[in-house]
Amino acid sequence: MVGSRLSARWLLSAGAAATVALAATTGAQSIPRIPFEKYTLPNGLEVILHQDHTTPMIAVDTWYHVGSGDEKPGHTGFAHLFEHLMFMGSEHVPTGQFDQLLEAAGANNNGSTTEDRTNYYETMPSNALPLALYLDSDRMGFLLPALDSAKVDLQRNVVKNERRQRVDNVPYGKSDETILAALYPKGHPYSWPVIGSMADLSAATLADVKNFFRTYYAPNNATLVIAGDFNVDSAKALVKHYLGDIPRGPQIPPRPSPVPVVIPRDTFLVLQDRVQLPRVYYTWPSVKNFAHDDAALNVLASVLADGKNSRLYKRLVYDMQIAQDVSAYQNGERLAGYFQIIVTPRKGIAPARIDSLVRAELVKLQKDGITSRELARVQNSTRSDFLRSLATDLGKAELLNQYNYFVGDPDYVQRDAARYDAVTRADVQRVARMYLGKPKVVLTVVPDGMTALMVKGGGR
Amino acid sequence: MRYRVRDVIAASVFVVVAASAAPVAQAQVDRSKPPVLGPPPALHIPPVVIRELANGLKLMIVERHNLPVADFVLVIPSGATANPADRAGTADLVANMLTEGTTTRSALQIADQTAYLGISLFSSSGWDATTIRLSTPTAQLDSALALFADVALRPSFPANEFARVKQARLTALLQLKDRGPAIASLVYPTLLYGKDNPYGRSAVGTDVSVSAMTATDLSTFYHSHFVPDDATLIAVGDVTPAEVEQKVSALFSRWARENVPKVNVGAGLPAPATTIYLIDKPGAAQSSFRIGSVGVARSTPDYFPIEVMNTALGGSFTSRLNQVLREDKGYTYGASSRFDMRKYGGIFIASAEIVSAKSDSALVDFMKQLNAIRDTIPTTELNKTERYLQLELPSGFETTGEIAMRLSDVALYGLPLDYYNHVVDAIGAVTQSEAQRVAEKYIDPSHLTILIVGDRKTIEGPIKALNIGPVVFRDASGNPIQ
Repeated sequence: MVGSRLSARWLLSAGAAATVALAATTGAQSIPRIPFEKYTLPNGLEVILHQDHTTPMIAVDTWYHVGSGDEKPGHTGFAHLFEHLMFMGSEHVPTGQFDQLLEAAGANNNGSTTEDRTNYYETMPSNALPLALYLDSDRMGFLLPALDSAKVDLQRNVVKNERRQRVDNVPYGKSDETILAALYPKGHPYSWPVIGSMADLSAATLADVKNFFRTYYAPNNATLVIAGDFNVDSAKALVKHYLGDIPRGPQIPPRPSPVPVVIPRDTFLVLQDRVQLPRVYYTWPSVKNFAHDDAALNVLASVLADGKNSRLYKRLVYDMQIAQDVSAYQNGERLAGYFQIIVTPRKGIAPARIDSLVRAELVKLQKDGITSRELARVQNSTRSDFLRSLATDLGKAELLNQYNYFVGDPDYVQRDAARYDAVTRADVQRVARMYLGKPKVVLTVVPDGMTALMVKGGGR
Repeated sequence: MRYRVRDVIAASVFVVVAASAAPVAQAQVDRSKPPVLGPPPALHIPPVVIRELANGLKLMIVERHNLPVADFVLVIPSGATANPADRAGTADLVANMLTEGTTTRSALQIADQTAYLGISLFSSSGWDATTIRLSTPTAQLDSALALFADVALRPSFPANEFARVKQARLTALLQLKDRGPAIASLVYPTLLYGKDNPYGRSAVGTDVSVSAMTATDLSTFYHSHFVPDDATLIAVGDVTPAEVEQKVSALFSRWARENVPKVNVGAGLPAPATTIYLIDKPGAAQSSFRIGSVGVARSTPDYFPIEVMNTALGGSFTSRLNQVLREDKGYTYGASSRFDMRKYGGIFIASAEIVSAKSDSALVDFMKQLNAIRDTIPTTELNKTERYLQLELPSGFETTGEIAMRLSDVALYGLPLDYYNHVVDAIGAVTQSEAQRVAEKYIDPSHLTILIVGDRKTIEGPIKALNIGPVVFRDASGNPIQ
């Protein structure tokens, strides 16, 4: 995910908000529903309302169902560049006023782009809802008259700096795009990074931007969630007032539906970087988000690398102390997913040594499975994470949007949590065999000039 | 385009509401100007219940019953400023080690129980305080609190665990050199305070200080600073004051009083004429800018004028620095400034990651803005800034964790208990002349310390050519280069 805008205040509060993961209970704690009402305007805009009067605040969260996966080769980074332009004013909102008006009303706002969707949100005192809907409706219906190449050039520079700050000026920053290009076949919608390449960002034109807006930015390709302290009748009237007369756009082009990725054999890559320590990335094709084995793969990732007692952490970091860190993820997106393990060896430790130990741990898990305590730790922690994701209006708005788009039903948080409760030890062992037994991409990032350190395999 | 949020409910909103009852009467959308908003909701700060145990431990309790969770924060008012001069990083490593073993639980048992209970438990240390934070479902409250009390009261600092933690820290310090922004943030305080002042020494330690550290150093620090007298335990969530008091008393009442050694923090270094320090990061795509000076402590009577002035300068998205350096010029992904106010002092710092080729242009703009903020802030801008600070205040009280963090400021800096009830008025009382006064007093463009970490080959010539101040080279640890 690429967040668009880094406000200073956002950074400041991040420290305070970075409190904690969350809480849940050993099985007993049930996850509450998020009550909501969903309807569709005649122009195709989906609206989801959720009331919560705990604090006098409201979150407005609009998802457009377009992301970097809708881009074409040669035009990478476009969905995200476009996101930036959505804050630059529209026909009735002069440049700069979008943020000025919201700040003066005590609201914070931002947006982000992923492979599958682009979101725009505001959090505000509950009296400011009309302003948020006014501004969001103007950029949904009236963006193009105010758009010019100067705005595109300006945000192109900002986005290039975002890329520098997230990728080019960051140690190991180019590992993700290197892996994606090797994992997915040429032309696959996930084979390039959301942020895009510098060359493609340079090539984007005003005409491209306008065409993108006309294709994807229409009420019939969006879902508006309002969560928080409001009156339902008033909110419905405001939504109709500001968004009801925006014309429906043309039929949205069908999203690509690539065939599942298969890697015929292990691929070994090396990337030189200005780093003190090498780092090894293992990436296997896995499953989409919410697919049958998605939850079991998430549990497997935690069993491998979350906490001192996890398999890889305990062996490499805690017991042998030959790695600085280890992490593992199941990264399921809408069209495809991958499973990843990342290990950073300590100074003087050969990545090849790490490699043989990682493989040995995986074989052991595939052969013997996991204990019930290992499973319970992950399930209990996951349940707590769900509970705490319900703590903010924006968090709930994001969940409603996510479930609405990815599973077609906003009313899904309890069933989502239940997916994890249903995972068995046998499931975890099975997915470890099924997915981690297949060919993979292995990338070793090495300090400049030390390509001899790369992991080159030696059998699976 | 100004509008006033405190205006009574706008006619247009009434029309809309009426239209919902009678759908045929849908009003024509007037997009020519933004809607006039109704009055903002009253700020409701949740009431805080105060208790004190016989050993001096203070409790601050806030009830919040919307989710079956609770947050606990133990605030120990000793941090990096209490480190021995030759043991930079002590407090931080003490915090790290609290979950690495107690007299009754091993490191692995603590980790196992934390995950099994589905709780979050960790400790960290800043300049002035060390905090231990617990977030738990209330269904696990008793087990979670027992674990929380164990790591707070009975850490054993096992030598083997510390040997591992030490190597991990030394490796992290090595890795820090990979990142220009990290080098800048680590070196900058030393330039302002010097290595003889605790605020000028690395809070996370150095190669030398960490290598020399022993488990005994940590244990000594812990036993002299982790005492109940000045400590505060904050509890927020689906709990009642009575049950918190009862459970906490059972776990913490035998914690013995002891005198805490007084911390001695001197003033920052006298500000020299504006000087540019340059650290070479070969090939860096961006230059890390840190520009500022010694600032003020949290106790300053100028707190609210400074907050307002700085928010206009670099404290929000529409602030001047972000507006100019990002939204007008496109030199960066974001620019900001802040007054980092600590217990015994503080720093003012403006920062941004700037594309290397525009380092000189960006520095010119930084200097322009740091000069311009000393002029009168126009009324509309001042109003917008104050509105923003006043009206976004409730957003800091949405979750149990956020409320607990707000209260830990109250505890650490000795703010009045009803402090947050007066913030809106205090911000509204800041006048143009007050904002200007603090800008002139605390931002002096002729005495700034400027640190730039970037690709020397690209930026040295252009930066020198600006003649803003002498250019001095330092290494990645901040030491002078011959």
